[in-house]
Amino acid sequence: MATQPAAADTAPPPAVERFAGDEGPRPAAGIGPYRLAARRLGRNRVALAFGALFLVIVALCLCAPLYARHVAHTGPNDNHVTDTVLVGGEVRDVVSPQGIPTGPTWHGRFLLGADANGRDIAVRLLYGGRNSLEVGFVATALTMVLAALIGLLAGYFRGPLDGVLARVLDLIWAYPAVLLGVALGTALALGGLNLGLFKLSGNSLLVPAVIIGVVYVPYVAKPIRGQVLGLREKEFVDAARTQGMRSAQIMSAELLPNVASTLIVFLPLIVANAILLEAGLSYLGAGVQDPNPSWGTMISDGIRLIPSAIHLTLVPGVMLVAAVLGINVFGDGVRDALDPRAQVRLEH
Amino acid sequence: MVRFVARRLISMALVLFAISILTFLIVQAIPNGDPAQRLAGRTSTPETVAAIRRTWGFDKPIYVQYAITMKKVFTGTVISYHQQVNVLGEIRRDLPATLSLSIGAGILWLAAGVGFGLFSAITAGRFTDRALTALSLVGVSTPVFLVGAVMLYLLAFKLGIFPNGGYVPLTQDPIQWLYHLLLPWTALSVLFVGIYSRVLRSNVLDTINEDFVRTARAKGLAERRVLVHHVLRNSMVPIVSLWGLDFAAVIGGGAILTESVFNLQGVGQYAAQSIGALDVPPVLVVTMFGAFFVVMLSAVVDVLYAALDPRIRLSG
Repeated sequence: MATQPAAADTAPPPAVERFAGDEGPRPAAGIGPYRLAARRLGRNRVALAFGALFLVIVALCLCAPLYARHVAHTGPNDNHVTDTVLVGGEVRDVVSPQGIPTGPTWHGRFLLGADANGRDIAVRLLYGGRNSLEVGFVATALTMVLAALIGLLAGYFRGPLDGVLARVLDLIWAYPAVLLGVALGTALALGGLNLGLFKLSGNSLLVPAVIIGVVYVPYVAKPIRGQVLGLREKEFVDAARTQGMRSAQIMSAELLPNVASTLIVFLPLIVANAILLEAGLSYLGAGVQDPNPSWGTMISDGIRLIPSAIHLTLVPGVMLVAAVLGINVFGDGVRDALDPRAQVRLEH
Repeated sequence: MVRFVARRLISMALVLFAISILTFLIVQAIPNGDPAQRLAGRTSTPETVAAIRRTWGFDKPIYVQYAITMKKVFTGTVISYHQQVNVLGEIRRDLPATLSLSIGAGILWLAAGVGFGLFSAITAGRFTDRALTALSLVGVSTPVFLVGAVMLYLLAFKLGIFPNGGYVPLTQDPIQWLYHLLLPWTALSVLFVGIYSRVLRSNVLDTINEDFVRTARAKGLAERRVLVHHVLRNSMVPIVSLWGLDFAAVIGGGAILTESVFNLQGVGQYAAQSIGALDVPPVLVVTMFGAFFVVMLSAVVDVLYAALDPRIRLSG
């Protein structure tokens, strides 16, 4: 396998693995770096538990339509301002004449209460989660693809192309991220984007996803470029070149597998930050657009009514923090499993 | 050294130039934004609109408009479309609030991050370390406006200990200034304390195994002295660079969420309001102002980095 020579860079030799207090003897050779990392991750119960928490939240959000149809009997944008609901045996307005929405009923309808428009919070929470997670995932995918591409091209070809790409990264990086997001978000939310073949309507989820995806590119592309700069001088790249492989092949078949572990370490980190940035943009009115819910828009709607109905802020807030915390702790575990220096830390 | 600074300055100017063009294009591309119509007001005749268009140069090609606007920015005469006041004057008015917020929070998160990180590293593996690690993970997973909103609800609205947002200038009443800023400082710091304590913890644990630390212990130095003079000093290098970049990012727009939650009339609030009103000149100036801080402080950080760690040489 052509990627073998650099494998030692991405994972510690098996001897270190035994040193870390591994039980039982194991053949010193023949375990790939990813198998090794997976095994180490498998022993990290905390990371796995939090990863599971994140997966449960994702699964719950995917089931949003089922919950809406069969339990809550209402949609995410359905208005029930003038309706009544049964709370503890007494009939109550969903939204009181003073404009204060009802709190949690702990029943199928309005399980977690209503918002100021008389919409079911639990339903919106699940649908909002779908939007927040979708923005997070799409943005992360975009970041990863762009960063890998830019990092590989800049590091492999160096010279003028590297210079241009480095300036582009500097530009994105120096551009105040939140301001860029708010400016672009507002511009696109009003008019959408029309590039002939490619049309993007203002309230599309792609608008915040693209903005967030671009913002995080430099954070990943710079370390990838640095790694590629070192890797391209290695013998296995020379060998590939003398075998007559083209540049594109060398980048995709030789270099990409060697920077993959860096990409994997960044993946959960970017997902977590993308979800947080989406919330921030939505709070400033430049993210997911009304009436589409997202955890960020729900929190920002709730903050306006915080003295009378704190549950409007807390419900999406807790969900957001739980999801981001889950992926952060899991990502930490992944990093420790893939990062050879993790062993050094455990020694202390 | 001189060469390095010169190259940094040139690349800084280039980045700022590109950012100004990009921002101009983004904000100009916003539809329904005929600035001449807005400057003329609702009860204007077509003639006055046409006259405004001519005198402000809105009928010229877009690159000429850009040049006109940039000339105004550098001569300090740039006027906002919306309220038709001098943009630089507005920024000067709002800057004290943003600087008060960022500098105070910056000091707080550096001190708390280093303190928690060091404590966590010294007690590595024990309960306090685990508790601090868990807390820092929650910190990096919580959006600043949620922290701020919950703080305001509990401490200002329910208990009434703290004021419900707002800003009091330092020159007007230092006590009230401090009192109004304590919550925003804390809210803004939460995220960074989480990051810094984790970075410092792992740096300290890396450094503590180095040979020079063993030497220091072997020659009989007090543990406290070893920790502060040998371990902490070497672990601080990446923290200093991180701090410079984060501080710049906070001044250059990162404080916008905190300002918004706590209703501090700072530059970030001004930017948000201007973007909402589709006002080109203030958005342009504030964005360049933010980018300037980011670019400048990152250059300063590079120089400082080399000064703290002689192993790093300055090169292009």
